Amino acid sequence: MRREIPLIITTVAGLVFAVSYFIPHWPFGEAESIFGDWVAIIQAFAIWLGALNLVKVSLEKIYRKKEDALYAGIIIVCLLLTIAVGFYDGFTGGPQSSFRDTGTSFDWIYRFVYTPLTSTMFAMLAFFVASASYRAFRARNFEATLLLIAGFFVMGGRVPLFHLLLKPFTDVPYFSEFAGWIMAYPLTAGMTAIMIGIALGIMSSSLRIILGIERSHIGGGA
Amino acid sequence: MVSTIATVLMWGVGLSLIYVLYRTIKGHPIERRVVFLYIALTISLPLLMGKTAPVPVTADVQQLVDALNELTPGSKVLAAFDFDPASAPELQPMGVAFMKYAFKHDFKVIVMGLWPQGPQQANQAIELAMKDEIIAAKNLQYGIDYVNLGYQSGAEFVIQYMGSEFKRMFPLDDRHIPYDSLPIMNDISNFSNIDFIFNLSAGKPGTVEWIQIAVDRFGATCGAGNTAVQAPQVYPYLRSGQLTGLLGGMSGGAEFEKAINEKGQASTFIFAQMISHATVIAFIIMGNIAFFITRKKKKA
Repeated sequence: MRREIPLIITTVAGLVFAVSYFIPHWPFGEAESIFGDWVAIIQAFAIWLGALNLVKVSLEKIYRKKEDALYAGIIIVCLLLTIAVGFYDGFTGGPQSSFRDTGTSFDWIYRFVYTPLTSTMFAMLAFFVASASYRAFRARNFEATLLLIAGFFVMGGRVPLFHLLLKPFTDVPYFSEFAGWIMAYPLTAGMTAIMIGIALGIMSSSLRIILGIERSHIGGGA
Repeated sequence: MVSTIATVLMWGVGLSLIYVLYRTIKGHPIERRVVFLYIALTISLPLLMGKTAPVPVTADVQQLVDALNELTPGSKVLAAFDFDPASAPELQPMGVAFMKYAFKHDFKVIVMGLWPQGPQQANQAIELAMKDEIIAAKNLQYGIDYVNLGYQSGAEFVIQYMGSEFKRMFPLDDRHIPYDSLPIMNDISNFSNIDFIFNLSAGKPGTVEWIQIAVDRFGATCGAGNTAVQAPQVYPYLRSGQLTGLLGGMSGGAEFEKAINEKGQASTFIFAQMISHATVIAFIIMGNIAFFITRKKKKA
């Protein structure tokens, strides 16, 4: 039954969502509504599940005195502190206020701790992209040369770099328009083809899951 | 003073690239850490120079501005902030510029987020917009002129149920005020009462979900601001007319600020991005020179 019940839920929910898109009336509309509430509730619990899992993994590292146990300790302290501050602001903020409001302690943590940390992590991309471009963007063959040329014009055309270089001669942003053309036509054509392929793949995978052919998500084989 | 020093240093960095090119031609390509150093300098120094770059407004951005220009005072716009601080440098300036435009044109602004951090990013954008003298003079009231509905879990299902009833997904706003007690929400039950949706997106759930559900299924009008990485994914929707205007990356933000005449952070950041792009292009050229020299040596 550990496998059959999840399979039945998957099949029923999948069929309800598929049918209700085309027939949004009773009973499919109502059934979709109920399953939709389930989705919202399960996703909300998933956030807690993620947090608890983080605590579990970190505590294990501390218990086993692993090399990065110190960082695991910092993670737990920061997690608990942020939750505590959020709850405190929520309960003491008054009837028409939010723990997210400007000026709360939670907002301070968000602005001056969380934001710089996540921004720093994301900013690392600039270095890796530049280094990867330097080492990998080579005109090795015809296809690579095409990619190189397209990348060259998009990189220079999406920012006003080439426009500035041309400015003494003309005010018409030829390079910007050319970069826009690359985005509007070759890119859109390729992207559309990829999206259609992905959509077909999702449809076939979904059908396999709904019909119970694909069972890897519940620990079984295909 | 800082600006002058940064400009002088920037010229030094630019000239040093000639030496790097010389070494590359001589068969001594630079190592990865030097590339990192150049990128750090060419991003940080232009930010200190405080200059802007003359961005031409592209058709994608103009389409969004035209759609906003068609709205009348009192129009109800839904601003969905679906991103976190990692994408804020690209998307937050768009959010601030949009808020300034909306408040100056007396739109009623309803804010929400499908990402937990979204409502807080929206609060910051509203706070900055409120510092504008013209907007401050309007004395806008929370709950009457704008509202933050907060975050709701459920991703695309939230959009789907908002199509039938907003209140179901947001019985309380971000400040725990009941939906029915918010004057701005009095005559809003679903997307048919919303004149325009503006989505700022850094991934999933985001613009694609808003288009597929709010636009395609419920007939809403939606414009978007996306990170440069995500923008290519929504171009097919833009070309098909499902998306009404797109601000792509930092350049999209700068173009938007120029088009609505609201100089903000994107106008400054785009200069730094332009210089860093120029550096990357220079390194790509040098990388190819090194590649051809090595290949020639191997053949010889």
